[in-house]
Amino acid sequence: MKKIILASAALAVSATFAIAQDKTIRMGTEGAYPPYNFINDAGEVDGFERELGDELCKRAELTCEWVKNDWDSIIPNLVSGNYDTIMAGMSITDERDEVIDFTQDYFPPTESAYVAAAEGVDVKEAIVAAQTATIQAGYIAESGATLVEFATPEETVAAVRNGEADAVFADRDYLVPLVEASNGELVFVGEDVALGGGIGMGLRESDTELKEKFDAVITEMKADGSLNTLLKKWFGDETATY
Amino acid sequence: MFSYCTDPSTLGGLTWLSCFLTTGVHLSFYLSFLKVLGLLAVTAPVALAFGFLGAMAARASFAPLSWLGKGYIAIVRGVPDIAFFLFFVIALDQLFEYTRHRILCPDWDQPVRQGNDFIVCQAAKLPLGSSPEWMHETYAFGLAVITFAIVFGAFAANVLFGAMRAVPRAQLETGEAYGMTQRQTFWRILVPQMWVFALPGLSNLWMVLIKATPLLFLLGIEDIVYWARELGGTKTSKFTSYPHGDWRMWYFLALLIFYLLMTKVSETLLGRLMARLTLGQATAGGEAQRKAA
Amino acid sequence: MSCIDTIQSYAFRSLGFGERLLPRSDFTLCEQVTLIGSGMIWNIYFGVFALLTGFFMATALAVAKASPRAALRKPAEWFIFLFRGSPLFIQFFFAYFLFLSLKSSYPFFGNFTAAWLGALIVLFLNTAAYSAEIFYGALQSIPKGDTEAADAYGMSGWPRFRRIVWPTMLRLAWPAYTNEAIFLFHATTLVFFSGFPAWQQRGDALYYASYFADKTFNPFVPYPILAGYFILLTLVIVSLFGLVNRHLNRHLPANTRPRLKMRMNLIR
Repeated sequence: MKKIILASAALAVSATFAIAQDKTIRMGTEGAYPPYNFINDAGEVDGFERELGDELCKRAELTCEWVKNDWDSIIPNLVSGNYDTIMAGMSITDERDEVIDFTQDYFPPTESAYVAAAEGVDVKEAIVAAQTATIQAGYIAESGATLVEFATPEETVAAVRNGEADAVFADRDYLVPLVEASNGELVFVGEDVALGGGIGMGLRESDTELKEKFDAVITEMKADGSLNTLLKKWFGDETATY
Repeated sequence: MFSYCTDPSTLGGLTWLSCFLTTGVHLSFYLSFLKVLGLLAVTAPVALAFGFLGAMAARASFAPLSWLGKGYIAIVRGVPDIAFFLFFVIALDQLFEYTRHRILCPDWDQPVRQGNDFIVCQAAKLPLGSSPEWMHETYAFGLAVITFAIVFGAFAANVLFGAMRAVPRAQLETGEAYGMTQRQTFWRILVPQMWVFALPGLSNLWMVLIKATPLLFLLGIEDIVYWARELGGTKTSKFTSYPHGDWRMWYFLALLIFYLLMTKVSETLLGRLMARLTLGQATAGGEAQRKAA
Repeated sequence: MSCIDTIQSYAFRSLGFGERLLPRSDFTLCEQVTLIGSGMIWNIYFGVFALLTGFFMATALAVAKASPRAALRKPAEWFIFLFRGSPLFIQFFFAYFLFLSLKSSYPFFGNFTAAWLGALIVLFLNTAAYSAEIFYGALQSIPKGDTEAADAYGMSGWPRFRRIVWPTMLRLAWPAYTNEAIFLFHATTLVFFSGFPAWQQRGDALYYASYFADKTFNPFVPYPILAGYFILLTLVIVSLFGLVNRHLNRHLPANTRPRLKMRMNLIR
């Protein structure tokens, strides 16, 4: 039954696409998660996903524009049709996959890491800060450590600096620039944990045609190595590539 | 902005600051102050209109209408505004699009809800998929205004409802004695006189509205609090030419001053308005003014 | 898991009792209602204690603001202006920063960065400022005859305040104060939303509501549940305050007693 609905939906969508070729694809992002996406000095969305997204749109011959949305309501707004894709460093998880569709990953499965103010913190016993409602927060809640949740990633790191928490648990790539800039004040501790299934572009489940288009160009960029060039540019030479 | 800003890392002191404070993001920050003021200016009259309708409905003699008015006041006031904002805008947006969908695409045979997706035909989209970004922003702004107006309209309705009852009964009876119809007494006697009773409540409502603007970000508007958080957060040299530590303290201090100033100015202006409205009214304040003159 | 089991495991989850892990999949309506209800414990805790403590400070502030002595009046005026003139979330932010820096120099402030104490202090100061303004307004409208009668009986100082001024002030301020109480309870939802961190997923009603909204990606179930709880809470507050109102006005003839109208006077 569900297949029939999906197939007919696909037909309907492709029919409307034929009519409205000039439809702009609106790309939703958070704009607060460097290096994936952030607001640059000029006030525009910038970062790895901006550059990748623009390239994908160019190859797929789509007109795209970027929209910022609060992280908490980013999925409800997608399914409600306020924008058409999400590129916001969003890991592909089973929970999310039930509600929206993902393209194949454009960033290999990410490692999440602990950062503390000093070596020798036992991350299974310590007080660990994480951003509210992230997969990291869910992981810490199960790990046995004491979880402290803050509304923004900024505050989680601040909590380690001012001693409220022993460690912060977040995406490794978010933490690397902060650790590098801290002059030894912050250090990586414990072992990295692989969470989620890589980062992909989120789309509405009914938007199968758009998903296929983006999937095709991601495959193309993976094959010709241009995705790897972008990954190295934004995440350094040691980052995992395809 | 300035010509010497090409390489900020070589600058120091005030020159650095002058460059830093005029970056594109900062200009967006300053613009958001105007956005907030604009929203306040638009919302206040709309909310007042909602309030007026609500109060009129609540005191209607036709029972179902009166229940509707009273229910609106009681329910919206009983719920914390933040809980309201978290789901209301999406609901409102879907309601508009659904209505347009039914009108514009009558021969559409797909269900509107497919699993989690909410899908209407392209022609019913608000704004249309092909419209430029500013249309989307204006639409979001409009939705925010309506949401604010519905919430604060309930409070205003409550105040106006009380004010209408506070107008001395004798005034209305005089109107009736002159042979005015009910409609005439309402518009010519009750409405002009109720404002002086409503103003204290309405001024407080205005103060509350000012302080509710931080919730705008929940409605998808990039307001001053969003930018203060964004700009104040730690910036590493990799992603900006102006790296700095956690400066949220200073940005929030600026917001604090802004809000205090708004409060002070509003208090002064409303005080004057009150003095003007009290003039010649049959209240203690009006009596005092008469004696002083 | 049946609904009874769910209630047993999660009814006091917000205080740290029961199941350690929150539900993570196949969310039932029962789980949402139970956990959001569990979070209401914190909203009620913050509201009740801030209101009780704030009441006394508000009385003192109102008297100070009405005082002819500038040394008393000025600080009270400034305090009220500062707390009524700024959004609550900014107050939370600065308080959290302040408590953090105090904590690093004085171990005494150890608990102040936790919501149960830190946020309570902010809410206490906030409601004190708002209520003080209400009480001040009431002090200004005490009928002259009442105080003149007190003077005629030779009352002065404390007895005059306790037996004449204060009861009348309360009586006049009560309707507006009821509204302040309602809005204080609403304001408690901001504690974990933008102020203080939540420890071990122990949060208030809004915290759990947004947890479910985030997990189910459907805001249309948890937030209306939250709204329902608050409407109930508001009804309880209105009836409790109505009882007090009856008590305060019991000496007046029935037809001149001010009915407790849901009039909004001072809110945040």
